[in-house]
Amino acid sequence: MSEFQSHALVLAQQSTGLPWLNEAKQACADQWQTEKWPTRKTEAWRYTSLQSLESTLWTLPSDAALDALPDELMALDAIRVVFVNGHFSSQFSSELPASLTLFSQASDAEQQAILAKFNQVAKVEKHLFSQLNTAALGEGVFLNLRANQRLEKPVYVVHIHTGSGASDYVGSRLLLSLETSAEAVVIEHFVTLSDASPMFNAVTEVDLGENAKLKHYRISMESEQALHLGSVHAALHANSQLTGFTLATGSRLKRIDYHVRHLGSGADLDLQGIYLPKYNQRVDYHTNVEHCVPHCTTNEVFRGVISDTAKAVFNGRIHIHQDAQKTLAEMSNRNLLTSNRAEINTKPELEIYADDVKCAHGATISQLNDESLFYLVSRGISEAEARVMLSFGFVNELVENIAIDEIKEWLRPRMAKAFGQSDDVVRHLIHDESID
Amino acid sequence: MFVSDTMLKINDLCAKVEDKEILRQLNLEVKPGEIHAIMGPNGAGKSTLGNVLSGRPGYEATAGHVEFKGQDLLDMDPEIRAREGLFLAFQYPVEIPGVSNMELLKASVDARRAHAGLEEYSAIEFMKMAREACKTVNLDQSFLKRGVNEGFSGGEKKRNEIMQMMLLEPSLCILDETDSGLDIDALQVVASGVNAMRSADRSFIVVTHYQRLLDYIVPDYVHVLANGRIVKSGDKSLALELEAKGYSWLENEAV
Ligand SMILES: Nc1ncnc2c1ncn2[C@@H]1O[C@H](COP(=O)(O)OP(=O)(O)O)[C@@H](O)[C@H]1O
Ligand SMILES: [Mg+2]
Repeated sequence: MSEFQSHALVLAQQSTGLPWLNEAKQACADQWQTEKWPTRKTEAWRYTSLQSLESTLWTLPSDAALDALPDELMALDAIRVVFVNGHFSSQFSSELPASLTLFSQASDAEQQAILAKFNQVAKVEKHLFSQLNTAALGEGVFLNLRANQRLEKPVYVVHIHTGSGASDYVGSRLLLSLETSAEAVVIEHFVTLSDASPMFNAVTEVDLGENAKLKHYRISMESEQALHLGSVHAALHANSQLTGFTLATGSRLKRIDYHVRHLGSGADLDLQGIYLPKYNQRVDYHTNVEHCVPHCTTNEVFRGVISDTAKAVFNGRIHIHQDAQKTLAEMSNRNLLTSNRAEINTKPELEIYADDVKCAHGATISQLNDESLFYLVSRGISEAEARVMLSFGFVNELVENIAIDEIKEWLRPRMAKAFGQSDDVVRHLIHDESID
Repeated sequence: MFVSDTMLKINDLCAKVEDKEILRQLNLEVKPGEIHAIMGPNGAGKSTLGNVLSGRPGYEATAGHVEFKGQDLLDMDPEIRAREGLFLAFQYPVEIPGVSNMELLKASVDARRAHAGLEEYSAIEFMKMAREACKTVNLDQSFLKRGVNEGFSGGEKKRNEIMQMMLLEPSLCILDETDSGLDIDALQVVASGVNAMRSADRSFIVVTHYQRLLDYIVPDYVHVLANGRIVKSGDKSLALELEAKGYSWLENEAV
């Protein structure tokens, strides 16, 4: 056990809530202690150093008061579930419908329902930080939709960190269970209100029953100093449909894993991701999609714009098991490096053990196109603005694909800001919607 | 505002591309309101001239002087040239997926107007103008929302160039083979766009291979560019002569 591993167990000791989950928590704490700590030689961590995480003695922050909800949030007509420094804020949350339960407020029956699902989809033995997440868990949200149930509004889960804590560990768990033909839209949004350097450890488990449909958005735009270890685990049963979108700006350390398993024929995954690290930031996406049964489809598209001396990692794996005949799977990863010192390590992996499948994957790395740049400049646009327009253009298509207009409109200006500091260079991107 | 009696004055311009000398002491003077046609064999340097004038990186003027509305053109950054009113309709317009036509148009017109100290058009005002321009060049309005030239046919790309030109209201328009590959209908659309913009304080340099265009856009002068210089100038009848005789008799003359 590394020094960090034993230090981190303090978090588990501090987290005394949810005694009914103790068994699972203890099991993960035990496992965490036996894991070999990753080094640069560990394949899954080859390009991402954990150093900035190891040097801190993380502690659980106490509840913090907020005067008002930050302006930064999306203006959505939604069921809002707000956490501040990991603590549920009833003040800023909507009244929760019966299908939404806080772990800390679960009735006996609800506890049983949660226990039946908890860490069932997430393969914690394969996800180091999901072990820590479980061991230190103090709160969680359970969405439990019965057959044919459909939420009228999206669920908007907001994780806010506030205060100056330099060692705040903010853990969270979202457990989404949709039974047959249920439908939901869920947005997860991570926000920091200062330049503090919290660590988010956010685990999402998704269990889609037959023919269930989930649109899931995960927006990670914390401050540059924040750390984010996150994972989304999904199990897709027959004819279910998961439409996922994830966006991450860079920070000191950001590592997000998606692990999706097709477990029933006719399941469909559409996963789109955007990463935008700049300065000296890091983003690392690892995705793993397993086709275990025949007739499922995966369409995975990730695009990144990497600037300055930033580094990004995309490791996309699609694993087609022997029985998964008639699989249709496509994965594409395109990267734009806007500086000579920016770095991307991209590794699309297809492992195919079935013989009657249609699969394709591709990865590209490019720089800003000189001809495109000159075309814009020759129309009087400054080079700085032209660069921002082209960078934005590189990921714009994925933004356009977002089905919910409010999210799209919220994202556009914020993404533009990620490319350019001054209003001069982003204003035409920001106002584009208004001239439709 | 200072109004020069020349729009463009090129003196002994030499230019290199990748260490290869392409333009050799080229001279040309264009006055406000004039239309000049430039014809010439492939590889003569016609596009190079447009590229050098618009400031494309890699096209280096090595000697000579170019005056644009009384200012030293070669001294200006390319975006400043555009804001001052120089416009190049590209022979091969690039496709820029992800950047919408409308974004490009608004950003460029805003830049040009800000440079001239004029107020920006409001989004709504500009939208109207852009729709109007679309109509004039016979492009569906949906083209405004599409990525710049993305998936456009050859003719649509050329008409898109003309639409940009109309909205930017340049002083000097250089059209590099805008007619190549167009059918008669599209050609007429382009020509009527140009003709509608003709005015006493605007000039055109029309690079073309085909005399046909000059039936619709009637030039004041026709020049032959061969081996990097203007080897013959005349009026519009020269275009007819060139179409009949080709260029070889002139190329020999030039060497
Ligand atoms: N970007 C470039 N790189 C290399 N050579 C070029 C480039 N642009 C033009 N040239 C060369 O310069 C010469 C003139 O080309 P161009 O100006 O395109 O001729 P035109 O437009 O008259 O057909 C040709 O020999 C061409 O190969
Ligand atoms: Mg040419």
